[in-house]
Amino acid sequence: MKSLHEFLTMGGYAAYVWPAYAVAAVVLLVNAVLPGLRLKRRLVELKERGSRGERS
Amino acid sequence: MNISWTWFHRLASPPYFYRLAGRLAPWFGWLALVCIVAGLYGGLWYAPPDYQQGDGFRIIYIHVPSAYLSMMGYTVLAVSAGIGLVWRMKMAHAVAAAVAPLGASFTFLALVTGSLWGKPMWGAYWAWDARLTSELILLFQYFGFIALSRAFEDPRSGEKAAAVLALVGIVDVPIIHYSVVWWNSLHQGSTVFVGAGSDIATSMLAPLLTMIAGFTAFFAACLLKRIQLELLERESDAAWVRQLLEDA
Repeated sequence: MKSLHEFLTMGGYAAYVWPAYAVAAVVLLVNAVLPGLRLKRRLVELKERGSRGERS
Repeated sequence: MNISWTWFHRLASPPYFYRLAGRLAPWFGWLALVCIVAGLYGGLWYAPPDYQQGDGFRIIYIHVPSAYLSMMGYTVLAVSAGIGLVWRMKMAHAVAAAVAPLGASFTFLALVTGSLWGKPMWGAYWAWDARLTSELILLFQYFGFIALSRAFEDPRSGEKAAAVLALVGIVDVPIIHYSVVWWNSLHQGSTVFVGAGSDIATSMLAPLLTMIAGFTAFFAACLLKRIQLELLERESDAAWVRQLLEDA
C-alpha cells in the first residue's frame, strides 16, 4: 500500500502530473456544463419570443 | 435492409433526433462519471509506478483518451460533413457543427497533457516532432472548420465550404496515427494494441481502458447536447420546435 505522501508528490512528478489533471478537469467541466446551460437559455428565449407572437 | 434504412431516415429527422439525444445524453453522462471515477482511482492510486517513468507515466490516463478522441472527433466531423455535402442532409451538417468545438477541446487537452508529460521525460515541453506537429495541425484544422463555417453571409455556403475543408483534412488522421511508425519520433509507440497483446501490465492497462471508455461516453453525452443546441438554433422557426416549446 502506498502512502498519501507518495500519492501527493507523485514520486517527484507532482509538478507535471497534477497540472495535467487540473487542465483535464477544467476542459471536461466546461464541456459538461456549457452546452446544457446554452440549451436551457435558448429554450427560454425561444419560449419568450413565441409568447410575444414574434417570428424572425 | 428496409428496417435499417427506415431507422437511418428517422435519425436524419431533426425532431426525432432531438428527442432521442435528450433521452440518451444522461445515460452516457452517468456511464462517463462511473468510468472516470473508477479510472482515476485505478490510474492515480492502484496502478504501480512505471519502472522507467515512475509516477510521471500517470499522465497517460488522460493523455491517451483525449488524443484518441481528438482523432475520433475529427473522423466524425469529416464523415458527417461528407454526408451533409453529398446528400444535402441538414442533420449531418448539424452534427459536424456540434462536434467541431468538442473535438478541438480534446485536441487542446491532448497537446497540453502531452507537453506536461514531455518535459520530465524528454526535457522539453515541445518539439517539432512528427507526432506533435501533426496533432497541432489537427487543432488548426478544427479552428479552420469553425472559422470557415461562420465566414459566409449565407450559413449554407459556409457549411458547404467548411465541409470540403473537413474532408480534405482527414488525411491528417492516419498521419497522426502512423507518425510514430513512419518517422523516427521522440514520441513513444502505441501502448494498447487491439487483438495482439499489449506490452503493459494489467494493473496499468485496466485503468487506461476504463478511462478511454469514460472519456468516450463523456464525449458522446456532450456531443448529443451540442447537437440538440445546433438543431434548436437551425430550426427555431420549424413547427416541431414550436410544439416542443408548447409542451415544455
